[in-house]
Amino acid sequence: MANRWQASRGYPVSRLRNEVDRVFGDFLGEGLWLGGRLGLRERSFPAVNVWEDEEKLQAEAEVPGLKVDDLEFLVKGNELTIKGERRDVEQEGVTYHRRERGTGSFCGVVRLPVVADAGKVEARLENGVLTIILPKASSARPRKIEVKPLSA
Amino acid sequence: MTNATAMEKQAGREVARQEPTRGAPYYRPVVDILEMADELRVVADMPGAKAEDIDVEFENGVLTIHAKVEPRQPEGTDYLLREYGVGDFHRAFQVSEKVDAARISAEYTEGVLVLHLPKAEEAKARKIEVRTS
Repeated sequence: MANRWQASRGYPVSRLRNEVDRVFGDFLGEGLWLGGRLGLRERSFPAVNVWEDEEKLQAEAEVPGLKVDDLEFLVKGNELTIKGERRDVEQEGVTYHRRERGTGSFCGVVRLPVVADAGKVEARLENGVLTIILPKASSARPRKIEVKPLSA
Repeated sequence: MTNATAMEKQAGREVARQEPTRGAPYYRPVVDILEMADELRVVADMPGAKAEDIDVEFENGVLTIHAKVEPRQPEGTDYLLREYGVGDFHRAFQVSEKVDAARISAEYTEGVLVLHLPKAEEAKARKIEVRTS
């Protein structure tokens, strides 16, 4: 039975990370996870997946138990900041036999490889999965250059 | 009684050992298990599942949770950053407390599954009044 974080941090991903590091410099470096710096609990910043196509970047994070009001995100240039809080529901007269689910607030910055059009960012939250769609700024999109024959 | 416990334990191992026929990995959801005066509560993070795709079974003292999770991105997506995998969730627990199996209930909201396992009458803590003669 795979632990999903260990599994995803195994060989293929570290290879991917190296690849990404090479391309984007400190994209995944120490500076990325503010959460770690703030001394929050390990892994309290939700894991993030980012992928892209020609038009847009998409980021997805698993935030089970959070409502729209518990989340906040900011897009500035090529930085996506995700903030949130999972509240602790402390109850009287309860004995915890296991307590694996983290609680508390988190804040993290994901550095994107290109500048996003902040005005057109869309997000949705469904079954504890946050998806953020970030259209690339027009300057960052690939442009097809038409080759015209020289008119004689 | 000791026999039953041994059998239950064995059942627990069997369930834990079951493997999916598909080669895809399945993940172990993180859980909180709380004991209250009248119930045992299991809270599991299972983001991305749909309520209708979650199976909860309780048999021979073994509680099994399974959720089918379809991939959310097309195969071959080129990730810039991939910190987690998406796939089915599976976990099984040996429940040693006496539980009223018929009254187990479950709810799923915001990617969190909450299971209520009411304690059987005989397992509830009873306050015994001490009288003076």
